Amino acid sequence: MERKIRVLIAKPGLDGHDRGAKIVARALRNAGMEVIYTGLHQTADMIIETAIQEDVDVIGLSLLSGAHMTLFIDVTKLLKKKNMQDVLFIGGGIIPKEDVSVLKKAGVDGVFGPGTHTEDIVVFIKNNVKL
Amino acid sequence: MYDKKDINKIKEKKVEWEKNHYSKLIKNQAERKDKFENLSGTEIRNIYTPEDIEHLNYTKDIGFPGQYPFLRGIHSTMHRGRLWTMRQFAGFGSAEETNERYKYLLKHGETGLSVAFDYPTLYGYDTDHPLSRGEFGKCGVAVSSLKDMEILFDGIPVDKVTTSMTINGPAAIIWAMYIANAENRGISKDIIGGTIQNDILKEYIAQKSFIFPPEPSMRLIVDTFEYGFKQVPKWNTISISGYHIREAGSTAVQELAFTLGDGIEYVKAAMKRGLEIDKFAPRLSFFFNSHNDFFEEIAKYRAARRIWAKELKKLGAKKSRSLLMRFHTQTAGCTLTAQQPEINIVRVTMQALSAVLGGTQSLHTNSMDEALALPSEKAVRIALRTQQIIAEESGVTDTIDPLGGSYYIEWLTDKMEEKTYNYFDRIEKLGGVIPAIEKGFFQREIAESAYKYQKDVDENKYTIVGVNKYKTDDEISIPILKMDEEGEKRQINRLEKLRKERDNLKVEKNLKHLKKAAEGDKNMMPYILDCVHSYATLGETCGVLREVFGEYEEPAIY
Repeated sequence: MERKIRVLIAKPGLDGHDRGAKIVARALRNAGMEVIYTGLHQTADMIIETAIQEDVDVIGLSLLSGAHMTLFIDVTKLLKKKNMQDVLFIGGGIIPKEDVSVLKKAGVDGVFGPGTHTEDIVVFIKNNVKL
Repeated sequence: MYDKKDINKIKEKKVEWEKNHYSKLIKNQAERKDKFENLSGTEIRNIYTPEDIEHLNYTKDIGFPGQYPFLRGIHSTMHRGRLWTMRQFAGFGSAEETNERYKYLLKHGETGLSVAFDYPTLYGYDTDHPLSRGEFGKCGVAVSSLKDMEILFDGIPVDKVTTSMTINGPAAIIWAMYIANAENRGISKDIIGGTIQNDILKEYIAQKSFIFPPEPSMRLIVDTFEYGFKQVPKWNTISISGYHIREAGSTAVQELAFTLGDGIEYVKAAMKRGLEIDKFAPRLSFFFNSHNDFFEEIAKYRAARRIWAKELKKLGAKKSRSLLMRFHTQTAGCTLTAQQPEINIVRVTMQALSAVLGGTQSLHTNSMDEALALPSEKAVRIALRTQQIIAEESGVTDTIDPLGGSYYIEWLTDKMEEKTYNYFDRIEKLGGVIPAIEKGFFQREIAESAYKYQKDVDENKYTIVGVNKYKTDDEISIPILKMDEEGEKRQINRLEKLRKERDNLKVEKNLKHLKKAAEGDKNMMPYILDCVHSYATLGETCGVLREVFGEYEEPAIY
């Protein structure tokens, strides 16, 4: 039997807006993936630690506070340091267009803003995940 | 409200109309949907008539503005006497930048201020705390000490303008800074006016910027109630908020029920302390969301007034002023689209109008660019102009509660009240608001509604113009706010300088006294004031309370 895609959904930093994270977690679970949700206030170290322990294929971060340029990039750096570039890294939130290209260059594989159809995230993961 | 004979005649005529006209027509051409339903899951029928409100008694259930049950408004002149306060929630970057934005808004006709703090401030951390990394000034202004507060309100007449501050966990400390700043400027605390949000229950339920566990949090809040009515009598010591509950994905009914449920919980907590209800209740205020369903929102505000008046009476309030559900409204941030952002102006206009027709005391209108970034000057000016057009051009303020008496609105108001009481029963059965939070009741209810909403949007059952219908491929091209990149450095330097130059012995002594008060059962406000007056930072003051009270951790449910 094909192994289920394992996804870690995490909320980095101090931001408490968890509506998006919870909806995405549920949508991915309903699409047949194994979802681990960290809850709030995660540091980059905590996120990577959980990702290793849970052996996930995908990390999804949600952030609406505007601190994505620091907190998402912290995670990309740790992923590189730990040789975990095979983990698909996606993020969502209030992210201006000019930041999206910088984030992608830094190693964020996909960025999803307001108004995203949850199915688009499912398809993106299925098309890009390395199992 | 109607004569039995009249009602019977209406019923008869309606049956005839349905049979001979309506049914015939829909046989040939079906309606747009099989079932019309609002976002709270209430089925909406084709037409409402006196039959739907025949059980209502005008003088008892509807009445007059300024009179019990206050359904039509809390004041007898409402917007004819005084318009609502136009209060734009604003804050970003450093205190200097935000101060400039406040002056800009006041210059353009804003009538009250509303402070947005950044995340470190909301959690009681100074800008140079490790957990503040990346967050400085991002979704609000950073205030780490009285120094920042002085800069934030520099040149602003705090004796004349009222200020609302969205702060919860460390509300008592930030409030103390505002009071201390006024005092240092020679303005007595009994004339300053404003609001602190100070609503921790909805933080556990939805917004999630909590610090301490429920019990000490409730104690701090009751401390502010008591200090407020004794020392700062014009201050609203709480703004019991449904806004964030709604933004987290609840329905209008859930917003109404959970918010009023929280309100009742605060009243009970203060009474348990021995505070007299008629002393503190007049300073309780509310904050609601204004979402897309125009009529449902109006019915929500009306129902809230009537329920609150009834409940406060039941709890023993005697003064009429204690029964008033005074509220601020903000248009729903979660309805703004990143796609075709200009059309958000239209959404905001509709939402603002329903708040005004619902009798709001204060209003924030969102800016069109807020699904992309913090608002630019131009966007926020248009948002403010939207309020001014409603207030001064549209004529909707010329009479009080113009939709009162509409069969639909009265029916819906009643329906929402009934559904709210159902939720009250469920909360009661779980042992009250705090046990219900600990059991994850509210969080699950909200997550359920949020997911359903998203599914409805994804499946095109619910239209969002520009997102799932009427899409365009146009590139988004609106200017986005840029912040001063030097702001964070300046702020950190200021903090370092402050810690060097202040009287550190005095700071230590004051922090120690606060700790002792926190460990005992004295009202902590005077001690907090001493701390901030001596320029103890937010992080230091909050740190003392963290040591004594510990921190709240929430279970991660989705």
